[in-house]
Parts: sequence; C-alpha cells; structure tokens
Amino acid sequence: MSDLPEGVVPGTSTSGQELLFTPRGRYHELVTTLKVSGFEMLADLTAVDYLTHPGRELPAGFSSKRFEVVVNLLSLSHVRRLRVRVQVPESDPVLETLWDLYPGCEAMEREVYDMFGIVFRGHPDLTRILMPEDWEGFPLRKDYAVGRIPVQFKEAPGPR
Amino acid sequence: MSGEDLYLETTEGAQELLPVQKTSPDELGREIGAVLRRPEGTGPTLAGPGPFDPDVLDVERSDDETMIINFGPQHPSTHGVLRLMMELDGETVLRSKPIIGYLHTGMEKTGEELTYQQGATNVTRMDYLSPLTNELVFSLATEALLGIELPERAVWARMLLCEMQRMSSHLMWLATNGMDLGSTTMMIFGFREREMVLAFFEKTTGLRMNHNFIRPGGIAADLPDGWEDDVELICDNITDRLDDYDDLITGQPIFRERTEGVGAITAEEALAMSATGPILRSTGIAWDLRRTMPYLAYDEVNFDVIIGTYGDNFDRYAIRINEIRESIRIVRQILGRMPDGDYRVQDKKVTPPPRARIDESMEALIHHFKLFTEGYKVPEGEVYTAIESPRGEIGCYIVSDGSAKPYRMHIRGPSFVNLQSLPVMLRGGLVADAIATTSSVDPVMGETDR
Repeated sequence: MSDLPEGVVPGTSTSGQELLFTPRGRYHELVTTLKVSGFEMLADLTAVDYLTHPGRELPAGFSSKRFEVVVNLLSLSHVRRLRVRVQVPESDPVLETLWDLYPGCEAMEREVYDMFGIVFRGHPDLTRILMPEDWEGFPLRKDYAVGRIPVQFKEAPGPR
Repeated sequence: MSGEDLYLETTEGAQELLPVQKTSPDELGREIGAVLRRPEGTGPTLAGPGPFDPDVLDVERSDDETMIINFGPQHPSTHGVLRLMMELDGETVLRSKPIIGYLHTGMEKTGEELTYQQGATNVTRMDYLSPLTNELVFSLATEALLGIELPERAVWARMLLCEMQRMSSHLMWLATNGMDLGSTTMMIFGFREREMVLAFFEKTTGLRMNHNFIRPGGIAADLPDGWEDDVELICDNITDRLDDYDDLITGQPIFRERTEGVGAITAEEALAMSATGPILRSTGIAWDLRRTMPYLAYDEVNFDVIIGTYGDNFDRYAIRINEIRESIRIVRQILGRMPDGDYRVQDKKVTPPPRARIDESMEALIHHFKLFTEGYKVPEGEVYTAIESPRGEIGCYIVSDGSAKPYRMHIRGPSFVNLQSLPVMLRGGLVADAIATTSSVDPVMGETDR
C-alpha cells in the first residue's frame, strides 16, 4: 500500500473508515494497484449526486464535482475494507470501467449508469438494468423529481 | 417476416440476450464467463492493468443452430419476477443472462425523502424474507453517523432477532428449493416450521413481516413476557425437524443426483463475481462477516462457519441447513446471557419519551411530536456498514448532509450482486437444472430491484 499512484490522498471518514481520494485519471491505476496488493473483492460500487450539497469535505487539491463514484473494496486476506472516492464532473460524466479487474462490478456499473447517467468506458454491456429501456432521465439525480399521486378526497373535484 | 424484423419489434431489445453473431466479443465473453478464465499473463499486474484482449479468450461464435429461450418473469420457480434468457443447444445451456428490474420501485430515491426515523419502514421492504437484517444494517449505519453506543440488552435482542430471522429465511429457502426439485413435502415442512418463527415475530413486533422493529437507537419495544419459553420451544422443535429433513432429503438418492455437481462455481469465480454468503462459502472460503468482521456481540458467542468444498447446489443446501443449526446454537447462548436493562439508548435526541410521560408532561408531548414530524438531525458524513444477511453481505452506504433525511441512501443487496454469478453456474448444465440452480442462489427480487 506504500506505492499508491501519484495524486492519491488517503483519508478517514467521520466514522473512522479508511478512504482514498483519487483524481479521475488515476482511478483505474489505483484500483489495479489495490487489487494486486490484496483486495480480492469489489464489495460495492455506487455513486452520489452532490448537486444540492456541494460543500462537503475533500482533501486539498480536490475540487468538488457534481458526481462522486464510491467503490468499496474488501480484502479477505487482510480483513480490511477500503473506500475509493472519485469526482466526476457533470459536463463529462465518463469514468473507466473496472470490469476488466473485477467482473463482479458489471451489474453495479450498469445500475450507476441507469440511475445517474455516468458512462463507464469499456463496459461490455452498458444498458439500463432496473429502468425500462426507453426511459428518459436518470432517476437518482437530485434534479429528477419524485413522482407523486394526487390525493383524491370524497366529493372533491377530480385530480389537480 | 424475417427473423430480423421480429427481433427489432421489442422495445427492450438492448437488455436482452442477443444472437451470438450480434453480440460483441466483450459481452459474449462476459455472458459465458470466459472473462473469469483469463489466460496466464493477461490479468492485472503492478505495472498496469494488463491487456484485456477478448480474442485470446475461448469465445465460440459458431453458426450452429441454437435456440434462445425466455424464462420468466412470470414463472413460479423464478422466486418473483426474475427473467432469465438462455441460449440452448439441445438441452444444454450455452449462455444465459438474468434480466431484472421488474420490481423496481425506486426505494433508494424514496429513502432520500424519508427521515432517519422513517427510513427503517422503507428498507425493511427490500429483502422481504429477512426484513430484520435490512433494518439492522440501516440502523447500524445511522448509529455510526450519530456516534451513539447501544445498551447491552438492545445489542443482544437484535442478535436474537437476526438469528431467528436467519432460521426463518433458510427454512423458507429449504421449502422453495424443495418445491423446485419436485419435493412438495419439503415445501410444506419448510413453511410449517417457518410459521413458528413468524408467530414469534408477530408476538414480539406485531407483524409477521416488514417489522420496523429494529430502529436507529435500539429496538422499538422490549421483548414480550415469556419470550424465553417461546424461543426455547421453537429451538427444540426445529432441531427435531431438521433431523427429519436429513432423513427425508439429505440422504435421498434422487435429491443428491439432482444437486451434486450441478451449478458448480470455483472460489476464484465467486470472488471475481463479488458473490458472498452461502455461494462464497460453498466454494470453501470461510468468509462470514459475523466471524471475520464481528458486529453486535457476535465475537462473544460460539458458532461454526459452515463451508463447502465443491461449490455445487448440494454444498449450498448443506450450508443452509447447517446454518440453521448454528443459529439455534447462537440463540440458545443468547437465551442464557440476555442482559437486563434498557432496550433502547437513553439519548433524548434520538429516543422519543415513553408513552406514560406524554400523558403527564406537555414538554414530553412536544418532544414526541417534534421527533416524529421533523426527525432528528444526523451529523454530516458518510458511512458504509455491512452485515451478514442470510443471503450474503448486505451493506448500507449513507451520506448525510446534516439534515434529518439521508442525502443518499444506498443498499448493497446481496441478491443483486449474487445473481451475476448465475450465468457462470448455469453454463454447460441442463436446462432442467437451471431452475434448481437459480433457487440455490436464493434471490429475493425485492432486494435485487429495490
């Protein structure tokens, strides 16, 4: 773990969990290094849309972007968890896929694409996974409205 | 009309399994699991990711007559609304692809609209066969953000409930797996025993499922009077019945014939596909979060982690039936050691005042009202917690912006991730065994689609 790629900054979350912040260009390289150094499993891959919460704490040198992809790695041999966070700008929501390292991230990357519209370059089958194929928009983005069903009261005029 | 036109008619084309000639080599490699069997020297190294060239893989793209069949989503043995597309050569499965999303209800989006107090009602509906583990992982994540320490009794009561939940979930699995293999007796038996556990849950939490009982800050109410006797009775009964199952199923030649060596997966494949729970343990890797990364008080009880050898359907059956025995062992230890004291944390920011106080104190009433309408504020931060659900690692990632609602609430569903390893297990097997193998993954579609 001493030979982290250039620009990667370790950190600790408020609840004491290990973090690594990485520039977007070093993301794939970092995860490769981690896999070789003993993180056998990619436990989880998800994203957060920070549109309405831009002021989060990031180490010096990292500017907050709209999206953040969060990768939870698990080492069975060292019994250790590690979280990689990478900033992804709204203007160019593209990230390299981790599928060639961990084939198990295939469905998770599809889910992130489906829900946030982040494109994983090199993914073999980047289609929607939970939403219908012809759906418009990315539901978990913060500017995507929550659907509502108008409440109908007895003897009241019809739906608004 | 040519075959081309027929194919173009569906609107969801891109999610489906395409004919071999239309599939990209990358995607084909994924569908037949070739990506897991990479030749020496093409994996990642310290120098770089290493070349990934689909051409070097043993991907067959023959023009032979094969058939693509669609299985589900409306089929009783898919355990919900799983749709499976399989390419068959005669009766042999060449490749397959699970298609999910038919039960997607946007629960992660809903979770952002609910306060932390209401959040447990949402997550409990994801994995409807083990709702208490969902509530537990959500509560542990919230408590980690709040930084509160639980009283002993709450911790042990949670452990008791989760082990009972594991019993009921595995019994349900034994029932449905029996049905998928044609043993309706096993189905009735499994449901019968599960009902005893559910009756205990109803007595304790008020509901058979979707309890909303484990909440941030402890549990909703104390265990009912005489719970020890109920639990003792259930443990004794199920112990006896498990021996019956052994007589009925475990040694039965037909059952063994249908499960041994079927749907096998290796340890390397399971790790690469991020599979957890009984699938990972069936390959011989002793990874159980209760043992390796203990939460609650699992480091204070004795139990064995059950592992298999061959990674086949029989190993997964044996693991689950023996995990029920281990759960009974844990529950018996909890019975003897349940500490007295409070069942929820006495932190006025999180815990509402007791019912009796509301009648006599205006402040208590206001406090209660504020807590239930506005909720409590959770400090800014982010956390990932993971626990061992009956299906594998269930994780909860919460980002808080300091308000009373989670900014982002993500659940890592074990069924969602485990389903990816299904094509690996199905490949080369018979289509009749596909049902048994799907069942042995134990997918719960509520959690897969969320």
